[in-house]
Parts: sequence; C-alpha cells; structure tokens
Amino acid sequence: MEPMAIAERLGEQFPGEILDTCVHAGQVSVIVRRQRIVEMLAWLKRTDKIRLNHLMCLCGVDNRDRLQPPLHRFEVAYSLYSITHGHEFRLRAQVPAEDPVIDSATPVWGGAAWPERECYDLMGIGFANHPDLRRILLPDDWQGHPLRKEYPLKGREEWSGFTDLLHKVEELRSFDFNPDQTPGHGEEG
Amino acid sequence: MTRPMHTSLDVPIAAGDEESYSLRMGPQHPATHGVLRVDLELDGETILDCTPRVGYLHRGFDKLAEHRTYAQGLILTDRLDYVGAMANNVGYCVAVERLLGIDTPLRAKYIRTMVSEMSRICSHLLWLATHALDIGAMTVFLYCFREREVLLELFEELCGARLTFSYPRIGGVRQDVTHSFIGRLQEFARTFPDWIEDYETLIDTNRIWLKRTRGVGVISGEDALDLGITGPSLRGSGIRYDVRKARPYDAYGLVDFEVPVGREGDIYARYRCRMEEMRQSARIILQCIDRLPPGPIVSDDAPDLVMPLHGHPKKEADAGRWGTGLVRLLKDRSMFPRGEVYVSVEAPKGELGFYFVSDGSGRPYRMHIRSPSFIHIGALPTMAKGAMIADLIAIIGTLDVVLGECDR
Repeated sequence: MEPMAIAERLGEQFPGEILDTCVHAGQVSVIVRRQRIVEMLAWLKRTDKIRLNHLMCLCGVDNRDRLQPPLHRFEVAYSLYSITHGHEFRLRAQVPAEDPVIDSATPVWGGAAWPERECYDLMGIGFANHPDLRRILLPDDWQGHPLRKEYPLKGREEWSGFTDLLHKVEELRSFDFNPDQTPGHGEEG
Repeated sequence: MTRPMHTSLDVPIAAGDEESYSLRMGPQHPATHGVLRVDLELDGETILDCTPRVGYLHRGFDKLAEHRTYAQGLILTDRLDYVGAMANNVGYCVAVERLLGIDTPLRAKYIRTMVSEMSRICSHLLWLATHALDIGAMTVFLYCFREREVLLELFEELCGARLTFSYPRIGGVRQDVTHSFIGRLQEFARTFPDWIEDYETLIDTNRIWLKRTRGVGVISGEDALDLGITGPSLRGSGIRYDVRKARPYDAYGLVDFEVPVGREGDIYARYRCRMEEMRQSARIILQCIDRLPPGPIVSDDAPDLVMPLHGHPKKEADAGRWGTGLVRLLKDRSMFPRGEVYVSVEAPKGELGFYFVSDGSGRPYRMHIRSPSFIHIGALPTMAKGAMIADLIAIIGTLDVVLGECDR
C-alpha cells in the first residue's frame, strides 16, 4: 500500500489525531497528537495490508529552534517498516514542553524499551507505563539531558562520580594498597 | 608483603543458606567483547535475571553531529562499529545523499558495494574468531585473523587506513581503485570460499561446538522481530529481512546474491547464516569487479571537500563560517532542504540506520543513529533468562555486538 494511502486510512480510523502530513525524499511522515499513540501503533502493526511490523527507529527530537504550528517543543519519531509488504511509514508524535511525557510503545514492541530509555536519558522525555525507565548511557546521577538544544556542547564541570572514585583511591591507599602499582615488581624480597 | 586481606570494596558473596546470589560480569571481561557489564542474578549456574549496563563508551555522537557539517560527521561513523567501519561510512553517505538529493555515479556505487562487502567479511571473520575462542576453539581464531589481515592490507592499499577509513564520501568515494588493488582483491575473493571450508572443517561438525550451539539461545522469529533484532541474528530465526534486498542502496539492486536464512533460531543457525553470508559477499565482490564501469567517482552535486581528491575538478570554495578544518562545505546552501529522512543499510551486525532532521542550515538539526548492537544488547535479558552462565558467553557472541556502536 502506498504510504499516502496509509496516512489517509489512519486519519479515517483516528479522526482528529493527525495534525499534518509531510513528505521528504519520498518518505511520508504524519504528525500526530500524543494521546492515542499506542493505539495508533498497534493498529498500524496489526491491520491487514498495512502490517508495519518492524519498528526500525525510535528517537526524540527537540523542536526548540524550528517551532511553528503544529509542532510542539518535543517530538518522538517512530519509523516503521512492513517486512510483509515492503512499505515504510513514520509517525511523529508531538510532546509539549510543560508535560514531556508520552505513553510507552513497549506493549506493542518489546524492543522499544531500550530506545525509549535512551530518549528519556538524552532528551528528557518520559514514557508512561514503561517497565524500567532509568538512564541508560549516562550515569544515574547525571544532571540534565544532553540532546536538548539548551544543553552546551562543552562543559567545565566534572561528573560527581569522578570525585567519588578519587576518594576511593585515597581510601585504598590507607590500606597500603596502591592501584597504580602492580604487585610483584621489587616488592618481594 | 603488606597487601591487605580486606578492602572496603563490596564483593557480593552468597551466604550458605541463600537460594540466589548476584554476580557482576564485566565491564573488563574479555568475553563481553568490549566494555559491557552484565549484572547477573544466579541460582547456582542458572541465570534468573540479567541486566546489561551500557554507556561506558558513550561519546555523544548525536550531539557532536549537530555541531558539525554533514561532511565532518562522516568521521564519527568510523568509530561506531570499528570492526566493520566501511559499512558505517557507506551507511552515513547513503543517508546524507538521500537527504540532500545527491545522485552518486555508478562507478562509485559499485566501489562502495565492494568495500561494504569486504567490511562484512572482516566483521564476520572477527565474529567467528572471537565467538569460537569464547566457546573454546582456539585454532579458528588464528585462521580467521590470517585472512582478516589480507583484507586489512587491501584496505590500507585502498585508502591508507586499516580501521578508521572514511573512504566513502558524500556523493561517491575519495579515491579511485588501482589495478593492483583490483587484482589482489579478485585473487582474495576467488580463494576465500576455500578458506571458509577450512573453518567449517574445524567446527561445523565438531561435537563440542554442536553441544555448545545447538538448541542454545533459541529465539523465535516473532519474538526476534518484536525485540527489533535485525541482520543475521534475525535471519537465523527464519525471517527473510535484509535491507540490501528490501530497500536496495548503492549497487545492491544490480548484483546477484542470495540471503541465507536459518530455521531453528539457535546459535548454530545464526552461525550457519553468517558463514553463508561470507560466501555471498565474496560472490558480490567478484561481480562488482567484473562490472565496474568507467566514469567519475564523485558526483558533481556533492559538497566539496578540501581533501586530496583524485581527478575531481572542483576548487575550494569560500568556507569562512564553516571553520578552518580539513573538511569544508560549499557556501551554496540552497542544496540543504528542510525535512527528515530515515535511511538504513545492512551493516555486518544488522540494520544500521540514520535518522536525519535538516533545518536547511548545512548541519544536521538532529542525527540519530539506530545501531543494531544497542538493540541486540537490549534483547539480551530475554534470550539469557533461564540459560546457564556459560551459555551467556555464547549468546553475547552470537548476537555479535560491538560496544562502540552500542554506546555511540
């Protein structure tokens, strides 16, 4: 089925949810509201002749520098592909800055869990009903979300865990244990 | 000797009456193929629960790319899957070309297909070597590295680098291939199937190998798809999904090859898939050499680079605001559209995708890398639950993960 036809059928099935449809380089993306996103994904995955059964890519985008209606501050892009029928399709769910939360897609794709954790970690978008929403690439006590546009590329501060590590080395020194020095070199005698 | 008997490091030790205990494997464990830590909850040797921890190699490529031009972003992709870097480079170039609407000359397409397949053989050889070593077959390791060295030397002759190539560029490739390179590659591709037979003689029907791989790490096609597993790991479970066939890029639509598919979905089926893939790669390389058409190697639409380019007529453009780096872009910004695109290629590990958002500024507004290793490690808990701890090593090996690609 042509991606445009899928967009039309999606609009008929979920009236009022689609805000806009755009095409670039032959790829169709549909900008949607976030409220019924899981229902939409499940419908796209399970409906005959559409059957978008492979979640290729899930990632968050910060729209701060290209804000214009109908875009909100954040969006989550779901790139889907049908291995059965060979067509691709994209949903871009809009997430407002005041309440950056969207429902998790894990009931539809178990494999969405890790990309969603990454999106939460780096972009700061929360996923409701996620089984295990924790930071994934950055340390648990990291401040801020690096992929947000206001986050600087370079910083001066050190990660707090680094000082903890230095303290640990000091603590081990008091046991006459020096991690920089390998045992067995001139100690025995 | 004054070394202490006790330190304050918390080493978990199971008390005698407890049923289960926890164990941290990695991040320095050689069998985790990089800096992967797996927190295990064990009952004897059986895995009750396993939690992979990643991020030790996180370098923030997504963020870095936003501050670089498209041409500059290329070198980041070398450092994703450093075992098969050429395939990443090609993936990045294909994605940027699709975004900017650049048409690549046919000769460059064939060359890129050829080097992608060389990269696939390299990656699969390293996978076979370490996977077999993990399970206890030492000899295969040495054989695989012998052949891999031939390929690395070929890469060196082609572009001067052995691991981080950046040989493809947006709109084509950086330098043309030489006669001596083609001759040596052809000889390699002709003799390589015999070498694959050598490896198979060693392990294909080896009793220990079969016991360690048959019926271990089984995942059904449906589950694998649900978890987003791609590449040979998905095809071992019987699902015929290969980006080279599904959405052909470069010259893959013009060459003839088969996609091997397994049935059982266990480690052995995935092993067979990868072995057959190497044979098909050799076949593709030979076809590319035979059909290599004459012509330019870089598209005229491509953004210009200040790099030693072979026979490319463009001069350096005024590139003031783009910095003084080695790689600069043309001042003409009309070629940068607004829009977004997701393009993926079949990297050796699985589907490697790039999601680009462009705001017309000449730099990616957002770049997201869909890396197969990240998704595969995410699938590890499902596959390892209930397995023995020794099988976890085999399962990590069969998923063929590289942590540089996982953490980005």
